[in-house]
Amino acid sequence: MNHSLLSRWLLLGEWQAHRLQIVVALIAIALGIAMGFSIHLINTTAVNEFSAAVKSLSGQSDFQVRATQPTFDEMLYPVLAQHESVAVASPMLEIQAAIPAKLEDDRNNTLKILGIDVYRAITITPDLVGVPAEGRAFDMLSDDAIFLSPAAMEWLEVEQGDKLSLRLGTQTVTLRVAGGLVRAHAGQRIAVMDIGAAQWRFDHVGLLSRIDLKLKQGVNHPAFKAALEEELPAQYLVTETVDQERRIHNMSRAYRINLNVLALVALFTGTFLVLSTQVLSTLRRRPHFALLRVLGLTRNQILLQILREGSLIGIVGSLLGLGLGYAFAATALHVYGGDLGGGFFPEIKPAIQLRPLAALLFFVLGVSVTMLGSLMPAWEAAQAHPASALKSGSEETALAKLRTPWPALICLLLAAILTQLPPVVELPLFGYFAVALLLIGGIAWMPSLTALFFSGLFRIFNRLTAGALTTLVLARLANAPQQAAIALGGVLVSFSLMVAMAIMVASFRISVEDWLTHILPADIYVRTVVRQDALGFTPQEQQAIAATAGIERIDFIRSLQITLDSARPTVTLIARPIDQADPGHTLPMTDNALSPTEIPLDAIPIWVSEAMVDLYDYQVGKRVALPLSEAQQDYIVAGVWRDYGRQFGAIQMQLSDYQKLTGEWHVNETALWLQAGVAPEEIIAALKALPFGESLTFWQPNAIRAISLKIFDRSFAVTYLLELIAVGVGLLGVAASFSAQALRRVKEFGMLRHIGVTRGQIYRMLALEGGLLAGFGIIIGFLLGGSISLILIFIVNPQSFHWTMELHPPWQWLLIMALTMLMAAAVTALLAGRRAVSGNVIRAVKEDW
Amino acid sequence: MKNTATLELRGISKAYANGKQVLSDLSYTLAAGEYVAIMGESGVGKSTLLNLIAGLDTPDTGEIWVDGVALSAKDDEAATSLRRRHFGFVFQAFHVLPHLTLLQNVALPLLLNDLPLDRAQQMLVAVGLQGREQDFPRHLSGGELQRVAIARALVHRPRLILADEPTGNLDPDTAQEILQLMRSEIKANGAAGIIVTHSQAAAATADRILLLSKTGLQPLISHQHV
Repeated sequence: MNHSLLSRWLLLGEWQAHRLQIVVALIAIALGIAMGFSIHLINTTAVNEFSAAVKSLSGQSDFQVRATQPTFDEMLYPVLAQHESVAVASPMLEIQAAIPAKLEDDRNNTLKILGIDVYRAITITPDLVGVPAEGRAFDMLSDDAIFLSPAAMEWLEVEQGDKLSLRLGTQTVTLRVAGGLVRAHAGQRIAVMDIGAAQWRFDHVGLLSRIDLKLKQGVNHPAFKAALEEELPAQYLVTETVDQERRIHNMSRAYRINLNVLALVALFTGTFLVLSTQVLSTLRRRPHFALLRVLGLTRNQILLQILREGSLIGIVGSLLGLGLGYAFAATALHVYGGDLGGGFFPEIKPAIQLRPLAALLFFVLGVSVTMLGSLMPAWEAAQAHPASALKSGSEETALAKLRTPWPALICLLLAAILTQLPPVVELPLFGYFAVALLLIGGIAWMPSLTALFFSGLFRIFNRLTAGALTTLVLARLANAPQQAAIALGGVLVSFSLMVAMAIMVASFRISVEDWLTHILPADIYVRTVVRQDALGFTPQEQQAIAATAGIERIDFIRSLQITLDSARPTVTLIARPIDQADPGHTLPMTDNALSPTEIPLDAIPIWVSEAMVDLYDYQVGKRVALPLSEAQQDYIVAGVWRDYGRQFGAIQMQLSDYQKLTGEWHVNETALWLQAGVAPEEIIAALKALPFGESLTFWQPNAIRAISLKIFDRSFAVTYLLELIAVGVGLLGVAASFSAQALRRVKEFGMLRHIGVTRGQIYRMLALEGGLLAGFGIIIGFLLGGSISLILIFIVNPQSFHWTMELHPPWQWLLIMALTMLMAAAVTALLAGRRAVSGNVIRAVKEDW
Repeated sequence: MKNTATLELRGISKAYANGKQVLSDLSYTLAAGEYVAIMGESGVGKSTLLNLIAGLDTPDTGEIWVDGVALSAKDDEAATSLRRRHFGFVFQAFHVLPHLTLLQNVALPLLLNDLPLDRAQQMLVAVGLQGREQDFPRHLSGGELQRVAIARALVHRPRLILADEPTGNLDPDTAQEILQLMRSEIKANGAAGIIVTHSQAAAATADRILLLSKTGLQPLISHQHV
């Protein structure tokens, strides 16, 4: 048998006749694959670039010794350098300095400076050794010389020999660009200078950030690590480069996985669309396949023919999707950077890399899901009895199996059970499965629900003796519910996803707004440019600020990063005055807290963010240890507060306790409450007039709120985009389903025209049918989307990001969306029907299929 | 042409899914090259009988032999293969694939049987549709569509043509023209044929007319005057 020619004839004939459905199916798959592939490309490019950058900073070191706080005493260096197992020890000081010339960009105005001992670094981290100008080899040791990576030079617009001003705390340091770091990782913005010069010029004398170790030949690495951890005091951490990479990976993992899940949702919507397109197309051609069976095509050949169609749509759609995804990823990386605005990968500007294996995987995924979407209708068509399938009107019989509600109810029940299960490796996998099962269950329940709803409506309207058109519409919906349900699927999927995302994002946004109002009670916040500046304000500078006239109250705040677990990102420690009798005055507390009388006298109270409870099991009332002082000190978790700013955990404590424990008197932020009648501008002017005034930045709560919400919206930009695509794909699906159904009803419309129904009446009938279907889909979609939003808000978010939020459905927005969807569906149904109604009436009734 | 029976029905019985008995202990032998018409009341089982002969349905009891081979001994795959090679079909509702050209529609059985495609063109000429090869079915009248169906039924030189009310959708003049064409083509191709019809005029074009009733297949008239 000449399969290929027959197959080609059947394919081309069908595709030429139904271009719209094919194009819609192609777009659906292409968009799904494009989203998935682009997000994968962006994520892996960013993570790989960041890992490569981390490796280039770590060089060939076997281990790195760090502290739980950002810096430690340099006296550890000689101890390690003389260790019997250590071949080379290379000390390093890392400083994040502000660039005064870049102050207008609040998120991108600092430069990482590495202070190195060039004679040690040349062995372990040769990429970090600067290349001085010819004849100026000693610049490498000069106290005014700094070496910049090519990316840093380009960003700062400086060349060798130029001056560069840097700011740390309230000090400004001007250095000379002595040369470049030719081997720095592409796109990485870093600077290097002599470690002694860095300690002196940036007021970090006697302090180091890390010591890189290269071990002697033959030393057993795990044994050395274990022994060194034993030898060193508890505040030191012995890490490997891989730990750093793992930390970065963990840091962005939840964000990346959530993006991937959203991309999969787009793919799921696409798959559903292919399924409904294929089901309707196969139903329409049921008699054609029956004829082919009569003429001698076997069941398997019919099955293969339909699967071949599906796979071709999958192949073309997936290839289109890969191209589109690559272009989207390249654009997004260029515009937003590697974290799409999430803020996880600073200092790198990754260039997109094509990953053939990933492309192949996504290609296979696209083709597989399309074939899966074709399998059910193909199987039904192949199994159909040819003699009965040859007769028209057998379609509802073909779909009769869909009418049983049990598979749907089982899916919904399973979804409910999965919501009760805990996260898996700190990811809400069961939550995601529950969402998928809810969607599948919702779609699968539609045929029986549609039958129930429209039969009831039909009975009511029949009693009320409705008009002929209404009766016709309701009769069709009541008696052909399976086909109606398939058309409804597109509305259901896209509307429920839209509702779920709208409720989740609105709830999150309003919760963040409330939180910002709570955490920003002061009139003005003053800090230096670098957030959590290592230096900040000295006690004298604090006095000068406090002495400014017009200030009623002033709170000094010290915040820094501490490491509690080397495999996890750092935790933020915030020391500030806290009203111990009522911490809710200062912090946005959850209900979970000790009363002041329950706090024991021998322990220092700390208040932890929700993430600390999830990640470190810091339960209220638990005694914990913090690496703040060498002396043994107990801390007690006195309460839990809500924090949307730091998903890896934050701890608050009294500033006085912190200062007593550490002897550290610098602070890096001040909150000012003004006396009545004093304008913020007056205070800002007065503070700017202080000797260190030009290094200060001023923030008023409204500006912080506005910026925070802008960042919030930016980080949800991709979510909005994916949501929009899912909705677009859903509407395309509605168009395709309605158009496919209308074409199958050419004969019915021709008959109606014969018995005196006007074209206008048929259009009205189609619009009413589309509107009723969409209205029902919207009601069910709202319930389904509402349930999904509850899972997102109360399960996925707390398990992914370790914060809770309150439910705030955006009713007005939801109503607008529902009405828009309703109108779009009615208009789509009408437009889709035009072609079927506009044909020759006489021929229409003679159609033999 | 072989001088053996093309089709043999041995004690065929069939009931519908709702339990209604339509065929009871029906036996008949169709000789090679014979062209018979089967008439009968609606619902008596004429189309069911054709479906059973074509292997599209299976009898509850009895056996159907085609060219000396028992259909009941064949699985779906083998029955399909037999149908593909030996049977041609003409339906009341034409059943011409709308998205294929006339030539492609007629060539379908040739493709399925891996035969040279040239004969499709010849068959279109034979049924009077020369020059219309690249037209689509939507451009044809009912009579023309049935000509295409006849060409498709005969193009691969099947042993047996099964026609179910082939003129039910046509006006009397066109119907007569189609019936004559079908008969002449069946005879010209050396096939046997069974035509199921309500129409006396249609039945009159066959060699023999049989009446299907509850009691079985009975010869109605021996037809010699066509």
